[in-house]
Formats: sequence, C-alpha cells, structure tokens
Amino acid sequence: MSFSWNLLTDFRFLWQFEFMRNAFEAGTIVAFVAGIIGYFVVLRRSAFATHALGHVGFSGGAAAVLLGVNPVYGLLVFTISGAGGMALLGRKASSRDLEIGTVLAFMLALGVLFIQLYKGYAGAAYSLLFGDIIAISDAEVLFTLGASVAVLAVMLLVYRRLLFASLDEDVAEAKGMPMVALGFLFMVLLAVAISMAVQVIGVLLIFALMVTPAAMAVRLTRRPATAVLVSVSTALFAVWAGLFISFFAFGGQFPASFFIVSIAFALYVVVRVADVLGLTRVLHRTTPVVKPVAPPGPNPQESM
Amino acid sequence: MGYPDKVVWRDATFEVEQGEFVAVIGPNGAGKTTLFRMLLGLRRPQGGSLAVFGGSPHRGNSRIGYVPQRHTIDHETHIECESLVRMGVSGTRWGPGFSLREEREAARASLEAVGASELAHECLGTLSGGELQRIFLAEALVGNPEMLLLDEPLSNLDLRRSRELVDLVDRLTRSRRVTTLLVAHDINPLIQCLDKVIYMANGRVATGAPENVLTSKSLTALYGVPVEVLRDSRNNLVIVGGEESRGAEAE
Repeated sequence: MSFSWNLLTDFRFLWQFEFMRNAFEAGTIVAFVAGIIGYFVVLRRSAFATHALGHVGFSGGAAAVLLGVNPVYGLLVFTISGAGGMALLGRKASSRDLEIGTVLAFMLALGVLFIQLYKGYAGAAYSLLFGDIIAISDAEVLFTLGASVAVLAVMLLVYRRLLFASLDEDVAEAKGMPMVALGFLFMVLLAVAISMAVQVIGVLLIFALMVTPAAMAVRLTRRPATAVLVSVSTALFAVWAGLFISFFAFGGQFPASFFIVSIAFALYVVVRVADVLGLTRVLHRTTPVVKPVAPPGPNPQESM
Repeated sequence: MGYPDKVVWRDATFEVEQGEFVAVIGPNGAGKTTLFRMLLGLRRPQGGSLAVFGGSPHRGNSRIGYVPQRHTIDHETHIECESLVRMGVSGTRWGPGFSLREEREAARASLEAVGASELAHECLGTLSGGELQRIFLAEALVGNPEMLLLDEPLSNLDLRRSRELVDLVDRLTRSRRVTTLLVAHDINPLIQCLDKVIYMANGRVATGAPENVLTSKSLTALYGVPVEVLRDSRNNLVIVGGEESRGAEAE
C-alpha cells in the first residue's frame, strides 16, 4: 500500500481490492440518501429523534445478530417501528427530548443484553456501534442500493409537499396537506436511511452523515434545492476522502469511520467560523437596494 | 361553537360580503383563531351552520389565503423568502420541481405586490416582524385567493409598522377585491379602513359597521357589565371596563 501524490494512480491501486470497491459503492449510496434526508432532519429539527433512532437500531441489529440473521434486517425492523411510533405521537414528539432520551437508553440497554447473549464473534457490537464499512459484502451493497433507490424515488415524489409541511406547518395543513401521513412517511424514510447509514458509520456516529452535512449546508445557501445539493456533496466528499485516507494513512490501521466523521466535522467547523467572520455572506444573493425602498402604491408613511 | 368541554361562543350570526375588510376583535380565548379554523375547514361548529363562498368549509380551499400565527419560523430558519413564498403555489404539488420558472415568477410577482421584492433572497430568520408579515402575506397571496384570513399579523409590531401593514392589507383588499378577515387585539390601527367589525367577548359576538359596534351601549350589552368607549383628540378609541384592559390582553 504505497501512497504517491498521483491520486489517480492511488485510486486505481485501491480499486483493485474488492472490499474497498464495496466500501466506496455502499458509502456513495449512503452519502446520497443521508445528505438529502439530513436536510429535512435539520429543517424539521428532528436531530435528536435521528440520534435516538440510531440507538433503537442498535438493539435491532443486536437482536438480529443473536438470531443469526444479517443485522441490517434487525435495524430496519426496529428503526421503522420506532419511527412509526414517534410519527404517530405527532410531530411535536420528535422534539420531546426527555421521552425520547428515556426510550433511547432502554433500547441501548436491550442491545447490550442481546450482544451478551450472543456467544459468537464479539466484533458484531463494535461494528454496529462504530460502523465497519470495509466489511460490507456484495449482497449488502446490492441491498443498500435497492433500499436507497426506493427512498430516493419516494423523496423525489413528495419533495415539495414535504418541504411545505416541514417549513410551514400551519399553512400546509390549511392547504389540505395530509400532515400525519407526511410526518409518518418522513419518519419511515429516515428509518431506512439510518439503517443503511449504520452499516457505514455505525449507530454512535450517525450524526456525522445524517446531520452535519445538512447543518453545514444551511449556513452556505438559503435555497432548499441548493442546500440539498451541498449537503449531498459534503457527505459524498467526507465518505470518499475518509475511505481514501483510512486506506493509505498509518498503514491502514485506523477505522474509516474516524476519518469520515473527522472530515465532516472539520468542514462544519470551517463553515461556522467563516459564517461568524461574515465570509459566507458573499455566497448569498441579495438584491441591491438602489434607493430607500418604497412599496408600490400610495406611500404608507403618509398615514403617520 | 366551541370545544367538547367548553363552549367558546354561541348565538353568533354574521355575514361578510365580497371585498370587505373585516376586523375580528376580542380578548385571548374569545374564539378568534377558532373561527378561522372553522372557515378553513379544520374544525366543525358544534351547532349552527357556516358557509364559505356559499358552500360548506373544506380543508385545502384554494380560494382562501391564510396567514397563521407562526411558531415554526424563527432565527434558526436559514431559508430565503422567495422559497417560502413559492410554497404558496407549489407546496401542494407532487414531484421535485426544482426550478420551475412559472413558480418563481408567481413568487416574485407576489413579493412585488407586498413591496418586498428587495427581500426575495434575504434569510427568513433575519427579518424584522413587519418584514416577516409582508412575506407571509405574499405567500398567502401567491395563489390569487378571493379571501384572506390574517391571524394576529399586528401582534409583534409597533404602532408605526402596524399602520404600514394595515395600509398594505387595505390596498390589496380594495385593488384585488379580496375579502379580508384580520384578527387583532387592538382596533385602533385598523379603524380607518374597516367595513365591518366582528367583536367577540364573554362568549358572545357583536357584529356590524365599526360605528355601530364600537359604542358604549353595544359593548356594554356584549360584555354584560358597564363599558365605556372614549375617543381621544386623534380619534383613537379607548375602551374602559369589560376585559379590554391591558392586563387581559397580555399573552
């Protein structure tokens, strides 16, 4: 594993290994989905619910390991049930920190129990918690692709309705949007996205892909569609660069999760600092104000 | 009319004609927002009947533009105004529709109508209360509604901004022949423009032209206790008695 400064050569070298190909493919798919869903997580302020669903997924994954099936099925069953429960409690539920936190701790405890009961390979818990992207198999890549395409297709279909319902709840309700159904649908999409992302980044680091890129994107652009694009690009960059570095740096002994999360974190910090310094302002299109602005029609000032 | 365990008001009869500017006035809990929710088809009256445009109210009526009291938009909302206004026309559509020119142009025309073109690319989270209300008005207007329901648009505005917003609403009401219902605590910023007042208090409703409703006699009958309506030198109304003291208005 020799690193040269010719990145293309390096990449060709890395691409020879099947486990790296799988890791890149799965990572790319997951970054796409996480980047898009993440924007709505930020918009709907459901970050803690996202975090909690990851933990719910942990007990699901551990239960699956105990039963001898692929953890991803356990993840899906548990996160979708959890998401459905939260959605049925109403949108306000996703901001009920105390209740969610209480359930979260219990789910984590269940996961610990399942892992203890399982007498086999102890690394299963570790890879659920922190992700094990280079252990992803061909079949898992295909499964991830299928689930993610489904999520993306639904997302494209409901994009504007979900945006409306997330941004402007009361007006959307009055306009006849099915708020409960949309909330439910979003939570299910979130659950599937989390289940896919856990394979790459693990339960505890889910934030780095599901929230950090979108939280950064909203500081850079005020347009929803552009923000989604920036969020996806950031997630993709973090995954690609993280995998690349973990392969070459320090003899490949450090986990990819660490590098992926660190890159996302570093980008976030840079953007927030730039935002505080006022450097991001150049990105925002503002209409130049030529003269003191008077609304059309009679001057409202005259009433004073 | 009311909730299962509480009747908010009863025996109310009123009609609003097309193109009228109507204020819905009353203390907190008088049922002003509930009236709007019934007009929008989000809630049914417990008794009696309510007709909007000659039919029963239904959710998703595109002839109504609604500006609720917002709780979800604050300084953490990093979205430009134009994108919110676009939701008024595109928010109920299927598909991604990332850059439909028709939607953008409708949003821009609406922003221009409320004199907020210069705010199109500003972040919602950084706007003042008066600017935000103009943006919300643009969002409500974007589908060319025939009726506007404005819930407490003046509640966070000082007197000067209140008057500016009322003038804007009045101009839009007259020029577009829209029927406008505006909920407010205080009648004074509105009184010059109104065609009708719906005054709610004590579980009862008085309605009619402002000069008929806003009298000591009519409000005394409404509240059931002596109420006096006084005018200052600039024709501002002061209502003494009833629940119309400042304390009763505080949120």
